[in-house]
Amino acid sequence: MHPSAAATSAATEDAREEAIRVTDLHKSFGSVEVLKGVSLTANKGDVVAIIGGSGSGKSTMLRCINFLETPSSGQIVIGGEEIAMRADGTAANRRQIERIRTRLAMVFQQFNLWTHRTLLENIIEVPVHVLKTPRAEAVTRARELLARVGMAEKEDAFPAFLSGGQQQRAAIARALAVDPSAMLFDEPTSALDPELVGEVLTVIRDLAAEGRTMLLVTHEMKFAREVANHVVYLFKGRIEEQGPPAEVFENPKSERLKQFLSSVS
Amino acid sequence: MLGLGESAQLLSLSSPGWGANLLRGLANSLQIAFGAFGLGLLIGLLGAYGKLYGGKVTRDLLAIYTTVIRAVPELVLILILYYVGTDVINRIAAMMGYGRVEISGVVAGIWVLGIVQGAYSTEILRGAIQSVPPGQLEAARSFGMPPLMVMRRVTIPAMMSFAVPGLANLWLIATKDTALLAVVGFNELTLETKQAASSTRAYFTFFLAAGGLYLMVTLCSGVVFGWVEKWARRGQPSLKGAR
Ligand SMILES: Nc1ncnc2c1ncn2[C@@H]1O[C@H](COP(=O)(O)OP(=O)(O)OP(=O)(O)O)[C@@H](O)[C@H]1O
Ligand SMILES: [Mg+2]
Repeated sequence: MHPSAAATSAATEDAREEAIRVTDLHKSFGSVEVLKGVSLTANKGDVVAIIGGSGSGKSTMLRCINFLETPSSGQIVIGGEEIAMRADGTAANRRQIERIRTRLAMVFQQFNLWTHRTLLENIIEVPVHVLKTPRAEAVTRARELLARVGMAEKEDAFPAFLSGGQQQRAAIARALAVDPSAMLFDEPTSALDPELVGEVLTVIRDLAAEGRTMLLVTHEMKFAREVANHVVYLFKGRIEEQGPPAEVFENPKSERLKQFLSSVS
Repeated sequence: MLGLGESAQLLSLSSPGWGANLLRGLANSLQIAFGAFGLGLLIGLLGAYGKLYGGKVTRDLLAIYTTVIRAVPELVLILILYYVGTDVINRIAAMMGYGRVEISGVVAGIWVLGIVQGAYSTEILRGAIQSVPPGQLEAARSFGMPPLMVMRRVTIPAMMSFAVPGLANLWLIATKDTALLAVVGFNELTLETKQAASSTRAYFTFFLAAGGLYLMVTLCSGVVFGWVEKWARRGQPSLKGAR
């Protein structure tokens, strides 16, 4: 890729900087253990695609990373900072979690834009109220982001008047507005009509190209293979197989993954 | 029946007429209704959050509160709360070495009706909070909003559209419940009307006038709540044509 050895080593060094590390993560709902010891590392600039069947624990894993679900046990380190946990896995320090959450922007399957606010208001909400960015600055930045996702002329629209694809693009702009160090996508295109999927994938592809760190739960195998540099296959709460997309998709080792891939394609 | 001219004279604002008394009564009624409605909202918000997120004891106590208040007739509640309340305050004052405390009618009225309103508010707001799609709160939390900010910036504005129709009803009930305070001798509109009517024997004129005033309040409230509802529903597509 890089012609000079120096550039290559600088690039790999940069790429080695750890963004998210999950170690031996367990999560139970009541007596049902949904995650049975998951470990995963994403370095800066990585795009990690998480695939797996329904109920395999993909969403739960993603939601444990920003503590929307409290892990039962394990260790989560974000940008070198370990999230303090009590013995029972509950967060020991609410403020720490809140601070870390502002660096991990999440994009949801159901978009979850705030319906009582316009798109512009949605996007400046967190910068202005949580990060205390001056309003004028936040508005300028929000307009840039809206333009970037192709929604410049919709800043005064309310979410309910937009298509799913438009809402999801706005939700991505909202996530970008906090200038996150990593982004968590939970099936960002699963709630969309097929003809709207492309416009959202285009935006995500763009983010991958500019080196954003992303964890992406998806059922879009073709897309995962194209944008991810690492693919994780979850099966019943365990990582059954992981590796570079070329290996995972073209040369799967586990029988279950083979079956899964043939069932989704 | 009195003639129009005579009625006008009786209702006139200046001396021989009783109009000023009626308006003063109305002002008192509105003051209490406002205060009670506001206090009720505050109790309701705390009560709703307590019922939804509180511990077992909190939830049980709130269940008793809302059940009892909504089961007992308002008039009885007013008598109980008023006499028990003033008695308790006086006892406490006596214990601390003060003499009898003069309790202002407005303050007492606001407390008594506020506690009644709080029970209904609790239920209205609890239902409204539960109607907010959980994803909206989750999104707020996922961006690092602390709980109170989630409540202020997301839950409360998002629940308004569900709460406003119920709260509008509750406000109208508040304005009319002030009339019940006449039984404890508070000079709100109904008692002022009764006094004017019995002094002049012009019952029909005065009660018709009072009825007119209550109707005016209702009509104005309707307009105001119409605006509020329109604001609260911003961002939601109209249901018209979506059958
Ligand atoms: N809050 C909860 N309470 C109880 N069980 C839950 C809860 N959330 C998830 N589960 C269970 O945990 C398991 C994993 O759920 P999860 O949502 O992580 O799966 P997923 O891999 O994201 O599936 P999908 O592709 O359908 O989104 C499922 O069996 C689900 O029923
Ligand atoms: Mg899921």
